[in-house]
Amino acid sequence: MSETAASMRFAIELESELGEPMLPRPFVVQQTKRETADTATLSLTALDGAPTSFAPGQFTVVGRPGWGEVPISISGDPAHPDHLEHTVRAVGDASRALVGARPGDTLLLRGPYGVGWDVADGVGGNVVIVAGGIGLAPLRPALLQILAHRPRYRRVFLVYGARAPHEMLFTRQLEHWRGRFDIEVAVTVDAATPEWRGHVGLVTSVLPRADLDPDETLALVCGPEIMMRITADALVTNGLPPDHIKVSLERSMKCGVGVCGHCQLRELFVCLDGPVFRYDRVAGLMTAREL
Amino acid sequence: MVFDVVGLQALIDELIRRGYAVVGPTVREGGIVAAEIRSIDDLPRGVADHQQPGEYRLTESGADEFFGFASGATSWKPVLFPPRRMLWRHTSAAAPVAAPLDETPRALLGVRACDLHAIDVQDRVFADRAFIDPDYVSRRRHTFIVAVTCGHPSDDCFCTSMGGGPKPSAGFDILLTEIADDLGHRFVAEAGTAAGAEVVAALASRPASDDDRAAADDVADRAAAAIKRTVDTEGLRDRLYAAREHPQWDDIASRCLSCGNCTLVCPTCFCITTNDIEDLAGPVGRERVWDSCFVVEYSYIHGGPIRRSTQARYRQWLTHKFASWIDQFGTSGCVGCGRCVTWCPVGIDITEELARLSTAPPTASEKEEQ
Amino acid sequence: MKDVTQLLAEQPLFSDLGNDMFALVAGCAHNEHFGADDYLFRIGDPADRFYLVRRGLVALELVRTGGSRLIVDTVSNGGIVGLSWLVPPYRWNLDARAVEATSAVSIDAGCLRRKCEDEPRIGYVLLQRVSSALYQRMQAARVRMADVYGVPSDE
Repeated sequence: MSETAASMRFAIELESELGEPMLPRPFVVQQTKRETADTATLSLTALDGAPTSFAPGQFTVVGRPGWGEVPISISGDPAHPDHLEHTVRAVGDASRALVGARPGDTLLLRGPYGVGWDVADGVGGNVVIVAGGIGLAPLRPALLQILAHRPRYRRVFLVYGARAPHEMLFTRQLEHWRGRFDIEVAVTVDAATPEWRGHVGLVTSVLPRADLDPDETLALVCGPEIMMRITADALVTNGLPPDHIKVSLERSMKCGVGVCGHCQLRELFVCLDGPVFRYDRVAGLMTAREL
Repeated sequence: MVFDVVGLQALIDELIRRGYAVVGPTVREGGIVAAEIRSIDDLPRGVADHQQPGEYRLTESGADEFFGFASGATSWKPVLFPPRRMLWRHTSAAAPVAAPLDETPRALLGVRACDLHAIDVQDRVFADRAFIDPDYVSRRRHTFIVAVTCGHPSDDCFCTSMGGGPKPSAGFDILLTEIADDLGHRFVAEAGTAAGAEVVAALASRPASDDDRAAADDVADRAAAAIKRTVDTEGLRDRLYAAREHPQWDDIASRCLSCGNCTLVCPTCFCITTNDIEDLAGPVGRERVWDSCFVVEYSYIHGGPIRRSTQARYRQWLTHKFASWIDQFGTSGCVGCGRCVTWCPVGIDITEELARLSTAPPTASEKEEQ
Repeated sequence: MKDVTQLLAEQPLFSDLGNDMFALVAGCAHNEHFGADDYLFRIGDPADRFYLVRRGLVALELVRTGGSRLIVDTVSNGGIVGLSWLVPPYRWNLDARAVEATSAVSIDAGCLRRKCEDEPRIGYVLLQRVSSALYQRMQAARVRMADVYGVPSDE
């Protein structure tokens, strides 16, 4: 029988060549580390041992069998794709099940998906990384990638704001970064007891005050949306063009591959066009009521 | 080619002989519903439909026509994109296994231009992007389409505004135009593809005369002239984006029940959600089900839904359909079938609402004068 | 070794004041040093001077029921410590403690208030600049009230 209208429409030869985008792969929990009371970092390897390359800022859709699946940013080192790290906060059933996972447990994972930080945009210039709360998790791969290629960049800043000293992530690694001479680290908390010898206040109060050439500076900002907006606006007020600032947005996601419709922000699919966006593209959409 | 009523049965028989399940319009529970058929007796002969905002009922057309109505309730969407589909199952091996793809050969009989346009719109959503739905592609490849020229648009139709018209120009294997006049009840058949030509060649028919072709054109012309509603699509995307805080959204929200009927009957809406399926022994797999942006939980992230109000959810649906869709897929999401107008329980007419949203809202002083 | 007028000129609050204005204000200023955990002032004390941090870190603290302390803000280089000197009854609402060795320029509040009454132009300019700092602190405090790093409960 000759080609039907349908088969002419599609250049694809065989459906069997098309993968099922919604089919997950099994991964095994190698290690878990409790970061704070409600947050844990899981280190996963694929059951079949295959490495999973990813770009900093990408996410996977992951879950415990029978407990749904949720989008979680990859928080580990992109130079080591055999181990996928995810830092998960327990905010619902699926994420709580992930935080409670034990070494040896099997998780089901799809991805990596999304547009990442693309730190190469900052090569040759300064990079200012501003993280709020769990926003440090999606930024850690970017920082690790920058540090792995340190000579390509000029000055590198990490600004990290958390609610309280005991709610900070990656504390050992933070101390290590603070000890380095080639990265300037400023940490602040919303409030603290006197044992805290550091800054108290919003991340905007500890942004680098050095004279940084705005044309040669890239800012990567991640955290709750209010924090990202305020930080990006403060950077713009200080002279950084909005297209030199990138933010990572979060929306409801059921598929992560642009078919369920849930993550739409006007014409943008946060899972396909993001989650990392240049601030000039999304600033107006971020302030829109109930968009 | 022209054949008569007997020829229509012969067409159905030929398609069945070639292994297709023939799916066509039938009358069921007071509505036109697509179902598997074997005989022309299964078709809605002499049936017409009365459609108004919030109203639908079948009537006797008074004419001896099989396709004398406009749009049925469901469209052809559930055939290519089923409301519920298993995605994968857990097996005894550790890795989940994808559910088999549907490869049932189906011949759709009576697809109107608006619904053909809708299939094209959905092709771009499911089969022309970074991630492709393999089940949609499989179903689509095993689908044979017999389109019909629409002779009786309803009062709610506006296909001519959305880049279509009563007569489809492409995307079908066979196109039938039904004519019931003094010269007899007959079908002018056009093949759109080699497959369609093969089927038509197997039927007893005669070549179409000039009178036949004129009569067929007349059906389409009269139908186009009968379309009552319009949408001005020129610059509509930018106007809708600019109307984000227009007070008309509140007005619509005061009527909208956020029942989601519009998204169910719309032939292009594609949103889904997923559920884990379990039995007593443990997790079984995951299924995909239709979802609607009108459901409050649709935009839920920790702390609550982003679109809490009915106003925000209605705005999302309409803006997506007529504006964002263009940026996402290169065409409008609407084909002008009018189903959302008919099946809205409170009769919201999107053609009217789009016109109101396209005008500047009254200023404060104008409001005072009112 | 810089004198106090030079140090004052480095402070954002007093930068680019006209020479005559600056000379008036400099008369109220002194250079001061605090060791780690020294208190600059305590809650309830008269707000008779305020501080512009040159180098170091100062924590603003509240004492909660039961005696535990909470740092609600810190001020570092270029920042103003103490705003209660502007508003009657001119008494401190917080404790201010140097977290580390800190150098600051202190301004005699009474002296400055008198000079501002004598020369309203100075008063107006200083008030504008202090208001800006006040505004930013208030905004920041409100954002922190929103507890953006917490997990919102479903409403």
